[in-house]
Amino acid sequence: MIRFDHVSVRYDGAEHPTLHDIDLTVDEGELCVVVGATGSGKTTMLRSVNGLVPHFSGGTLTGRVLVDGRSTADHHPRDLADVVGFVVQDPKSGFVAGTVEDELAFSMESLGIEPATMRRRVEETLDLLGLEPLRGRDVGTLSGGEAQRTAIGAALTAAPRILVLDEPTSALDPGAAEDVLAAIHRLVHDLGVTVLMAEHRLERVVSFADRVALLADGVVRVGAPAEVLADSPLAPPVVELGRLAGWDPLPVDIRSARRVASDLRDRVEPAPPPADQPSDDVALAAENIVVVHGSTPAVRGVSMTIRSGERVALMGRNGSGKSSLLWAVQGTGRRDDGEVVVLGRDPATLPAAQRRRIVGLVPQEPEDLLYHPTVGEECAQGDLDAGAALGTCRQILDRLVDDVPDDRHPRDLSEGQRLSLVLAITLSAAPPVVLLDEPTRGLDQVAKDHLVAVLGELADEGHSVVVATHDVEFVARFANRVVVLAGGDVVSDGPARDVIGSSPMFAPQVAKILAPVCALTVDDVRERLR
Amino acid sequence: MTRAVQTRRIHAGAWWLWALALGTAATRTTNPILLLLIAAVAGYVTIACRSEAPWARSYGTFLRLAAAVLVIRVLFHALLGGVTGPTILVDLPEVPLPDWAAGIRLGGPISAEGLLNAAYDGLRLGVLLLCVGAANSLADPRRLLQSLPGALYEVSVAVVVALTTAPQLVVSAGRIRRARQLRGHTVHGLRRLTSLLVPVIEDAIERSLAMAATMDSRGYGRAGTRSRRLRLVTSVCVVGGLGALALGSYGVLDTTASDAFGLPVMLAGGVLGVVGLVLGSQRVTRTHYRPDHWGLVESVIAASGAASLVGVLVAERTGAGDLIPDFAPITVPELPVPAAIGVLVALVPLFVARVPVAPTPVSVAREVTA
Repeated sequence: MIRFDHVSVRYDGAEHPTLHDIDLTVDEGELCVVVGATGSGKTTMLRSVNGLVPHFSGGTLTGRVLVDGRSTADHHPRDLADVVGFVVQDPKSGFVAGTVEDELAFSMESLGIEPATMRRRVEETLDLLGLEPLRGRDVGTLSGGEAQRTAIGAALTAAPRILVLDEPTSALDPGAAEDVLAAIHRLVHDLGVTVLMAEHRLERVVSFADRVALLADGVVRVGAPAEVLADSPLAPPVVELGRLAGWDPLPVDIRSARRVASDLRDRVEPAPPPADQPSDDVALAAENIVVVHGSTPAVRGVSMTIRSGERVALMGRNGSGKSSLLWAVQGTGRRDDGEVVVLGRDPATLPAAQRRRIVGLVPQEPEDLLYHPTVGEECAQGDLDAGAALGTCRQILDRLVDDVPDDRHPRDLSEGQRLSLVLAITLSAAPPVVLLDEPTRGLDQVAKDHLVAVLGELADEGHSVVVATHDVEFVARFANRVVVLAGGDVVSDGPARDVIGSSPMFAPQVAKILAPVCALTVDDVRERLR
Repeated sequence: MTRAVQTRRIHAGAWWLWALALGTAATRTTNPILLLLIAAVAGYVTIACRSEAPWARSYGTFLRLAAAVLVIRVLFHALLGGVTGPTILVDLPEVPLPDWAAGIRLGGPISAEGLLNAAYDGLRLGVLLLCVGAANSLADPRRLLQSLPGALYEVSVAVVVALTTAPQLVVSAGRIRRARQLRGHTVHGLRRLTSLLVPVIEDAIERSLAMAATMDSRGYGRAGTRSRRLRLVTSVCVVGGLGALALGSYGVLDTTASDAFGLPVMLAGGVLGVVGLVLGSQRVTRTHYRPDHWGLVESVIAASGAASLVGVLVAERTGAGDLIPDFAPITVPELPVPAAIGVLVALVPLFVARVPVAPTPVSVAREVTA
């Protein structure tokens, strides 16, 4: 169905080819997951399937890409729209029409499909993806999961035999991600659609995959998931646990792992009492925080105390009030009631420049903070903003991440590097409390490991770190305390092991495999092995 | 009286014609009774016939806007003066202005006649806004664009995309402004502005590129079977026609131009434009999802709107009532009967285009609050 025949791609001015001699055949009805670190060429590979590379992006493609027998060399993306449905990383940026229903019809109108057929296909797609209740909704008001399903539906109505998805679940909370993956699963199994999908969140998708294509430095390795992931540097926790336990064949999903895990469960020592007791000094005390947007309350009277050196994860569905709470606590965002005390002062009553010296916040789109053309100027401005000695920001940046040249444009950095830059700018004011809103968005596994280490170090130095996230595996490795919000209320608050260890939605893979033995991460298990 | 319930969606063009006719009627009078009648008719039909769609809620915004226009017009009159009359209500202290500002006055006496004149004028503008608001909440302007002929498809999609994405620009500006506070406020003046603009523009460009890639992947702009020559001819016809139309309308409006210039050029432009559109719409391989159909109901709606305009024109010709009431002396203006009848005819959509009321408790509650 999709054939890459010795494909290499080199962008103009690039030193190395982004893809190098890719040979890959994806058969009809297959679900193939493309795995790779940031910058490994995943997006380039996906975009070359429908000809966006090189027709839209520029660069040179050598070799041949065939989709359903048509070569992308002489077919433009728009001429392949009836064969390949393409869903971009941020679906909201691609919406064209006003309502969900019109959005679904857009490609069909361009393809000139009969009105009666269009009507039927829109109705079928609405049912297939559970979009019926959203039919008349304005696309701008959809939640992340709804927008993703709408984008998939919009690609599907043209009845393509191939669906290409770029990180469909990266920005979604676990519940919404499961909805989207269930929809994709159904397309592959019931309708025989061929799916090629890239995803960082391996733990979510690998169990669905027929084959995995591992991209590293532009070179691809293809095979059954267990086979490819066995020695891959990128692997979901279930595979890492399998490697630790020496399971063969390597299980890639929870169910098969549980069936071979009874022996391992016996070998794991009971959990030791948590070693790192947080200190007693309160870094931040929030009392009865209320935030109301329009007529809907986003946060309803949340109180919490955060001690110095504590590593707190704030979890909950998209829209449960995590962001609103962080912004309200920092003092820049809206707060309709309640009080926050940090170092004896309420940050909301201070001017912005002093506010950030007691509470720092890294927002969900960190690039919003950046406006200089180079990293060097950005750092210098950071020192000036924070009133810190010249060079402070650069020094912190070097500690957070290697190898970010001063003359690079911030937009050209990888997601992880950009996050580090903004974190460095935030830290140059040396706030005792640091808040981060969804920092793991778009980070690959390596960048995420690095973030865990960096935030851990900050906490060890006495900073209190609060991270709003729905990345379960990240929380398992980072947090020692988890607060779960739902509908603007705190529904649970306690040690990470107690809160996420037993939750059906928020439990990490290791906890699911080893239950009732309580362990959250592979490292945890390694230390406790008898 | 039985009221027909409309189950299909009314063609957006019908509502816009109806509302624009009412609006045009409003611009030809300052009689407050007639203006309020027009506002009442437009408002009642809007509330009765609008759907539950998101854009239908925009009427409230237009209502506030109209009220603001009226208040501002009266306030400006009170401050800056204009038409005056013998009945002085208050004498404000006048601010002396230099000679070059002759004709402009700040403060000074406020007359009842002047205030009334300003109020009538503001009301006229407000009612015109209300008519546009009515059209906007009765029919999605985007649907109106989608009903354009096939030759204009690419242009109409571009406008629809702009309508969809413009609000996102405002959202991203707000988001960036808020995020900037997290860095403190150390940059001021012009640099502060650029520091805000740069990310907003970068954001917009990234969004546009993403949008272009998606649209390309979704088959937008497939050339179809039209030949390059046909496309060229179409473009020349449409652009030339529009140009001639514009020139011609200048000729018609300009009383000093010769009669041989205005109307013929305008007509030629119209014909050229129509030829271009027809040519361009041929052999377009695109289809239209759930197009709005123009049927009897649409014609009736458009005609009922036109009736109000005809009524006003008749009143103008016959001099019945006070279309433009004068203020010496101040009296209650007389209602121009033909115009009032015409405006009342514009209530006809109530009988042909009512949206069915779903028997769900939610809709009932909304009806009550509306």
